[in-house]
Amino acid sequence: MTSPGIFPVGLTQYLLLSASLFTIGVLTVILRRNLLVIFMGVELMLNAGNLAILSFSRFGAGPSGHVYVLLIMTVAAAEVAVGLAIVIALFRTRKTVNADEATYLRW
Amino acid sequence: MMDLTRFEISLPDLLFYVFSAVSLAGAMLVLVQRNPMSCAVSLVVSVLGLAVLYVLLSAHFIAAAQMIVYAGAIIVLFIFVIMLLNLSSAEIGRFRFSLFKTAGLFAGLIVLLLILPGLRHAPPGDSPDVGRYGDVRTVGEALFGQFVLPFELTSVLILSAMVAGVVLAKRDLTPKRPFSFLDWVLGLFKN
Repeated sequence: MTSPGIFPVGLTQYLLLSASLFTIGVLTVILRRNLLVIFMGVELMLNAGNLAILSFSRFGAGPSGHVYVLLIMTVAAAEVAVGLAIVIALFRTRKTVNADEATYLRW
Repeated sequence: MMDLTRFEISLPDLLFYVFSAVSLAGAMLVLVQRNPMSCAVSLVVSVLGLAVLYVLLSAHFIAAAQMIVYAGAIIVLFIFVIMLLNLSSAEIGRFRFSLFKTAGLFAGLIVLLLILPGLRHAPPGDSPDVGRYGDVRTVGEALFGQFVLPFELTSVLILSAMVAGVVLAKRDLTPKRPFSFLDWVLGLFKN
């Protein structure tokens, strides 16, 4: 059953959107200096991957894609918790969240 | 008179285009906005647009989980930390074009151009065996059946993340007097 209309939406459009969101996430990680915004770019990349997995699952790959997405969401939540704790600990010593200031491993 | 009836679009397609535009707009605003609080709010907009797209993909349980976990927990955690750090406007800064940012923009465009030819081979329409398995029962049967080992391992992951969060948030790893063996062990790590 194909959808009628002038711009039918299939797997290609979902993958294109996933690729665009992933690219914007990559740009956010590269171009921004604020550590919190860099973290948000990582979350954008994870969401783009979730969208790609769900669209492949919808177009014939099976119901296990939903479980993968659930596990990725769990890992993302744990990673955000630990990452933000690291950012807070870094802020306590350096008094800044600028990524350019955190280039030394010691002091 | 032009025949307007040939410009028909079905509602799921229209919803896809509208909410993918919403999601992309939110992502672009995360990229360009200066204030990190505005970036967090734009990220909320983006993930909620994605939740609508998950409903269009028949992944109803994942859409609800996305709204609860991402918009309700992860980004709330971001906003907690942003308000806790209380950055001044001198920290936030103004946008300046630099060679690094221009090179980054070109690198991003090249990444997108490398991904795009792979999308031409994807089937453009609905395949015959399309999946309508997004309800809680199917996901639950898969999660506790085939994927029970990763499920148990995520419990270990969450426990380790909790311990890491508590340890990183402590100001002083040595207590005033050793309460237990664990406190003594933690005190060994403070130099």
